Amino acid sequence: MTAEAARLRIKTWICATVVVLSNVFGNLFLKRGMPADLPTPLSYITALFQPWAALGVALLVLWLISRMALLSWADLSYVLPVTSIGYVLVALAGKAFLHEAIGAKRWSGILLIVAGVALVSAASPPQTEHSLGHSAQHAPEQPA
Amino acid sequence: MTWICIAIIVLATTVGEVMQALGMRRHGEIRDFRPNALGRAAATLARNRFVIASVVAMAVSFFAYMALLTVAELSFAVPATAVTYVLETILAKYVLKERVTALRWAGAALVICGVALVSL
Repeated sequence: MTAEAARLRIKTWICATVVVLSNVFGNLFLKRGMPADLPTPLSYITALFQPWAALGVALLVLWLISRMALLSWADLSYVLPVTSIGYVLVALAGKAFLHEAIGAKRWSGILLIVAGVALVSAASPPQTEHSLGHSAQHAPEQPA
Repeated sequence: MTWICIAIIVLATTVGEVMQALGMRRHGEIRDFRPNALGRAAATLARNRFVIASVVAMAVSFFAYMALLTVAELSFAVPATAVTYVLETILAKYVLKERVTALRWAGAALVICGVALVSL
């Protein structure tokens, strides 16, 4: 059971890292590839074939899949606060790679959001207790 | 334009996330990461109606997000979409009839304050 808990912890950390990094770089590359405006519905599609945008979309697909995989064993109340570090990393990426000016107001707003996300999750109802470290004893639910 | 995009993103993302969590919870833990097993899991999930609904909602959210990125900075666009947590809390209380604790309302309020600060 200890080995099972350790296996789950390592798997969770690897998956959470993939979730956060694919989100940050997916958003960064998508922003980099976006044209100045999208006048017609068709322009949304053609914009996706710009190299930067395509790379961004590929990473965001990876984000979606890795997040779904993580949610299949970890609770949303664990996933939300852990991945909310992405808000800080996205801002840092915007500053470093897109030269966005981020003032004290925006930084404090981002930190408030991370704190808020952590609180929302900390206050989640107790029926989600079966998560990390307990799922060794927890039989998988039967599909409906 | 900016705030209309954010409203669409927040609505669609909230619906999508609730559906995604429901669908994956029903599917159970993914333990086997070999390509064949992942393919089988994907095939099963593609028939899961909650997963289908969540993918549609995520697609709507994504196109609105593209529109937002053309008019807004990245370090504004991403935090602004955090309003999602507030809507989720409200839905949990009034639609899912969950008991929402004071702590959770406090978290949602912090998110709102954060988004307000980011948009100043």
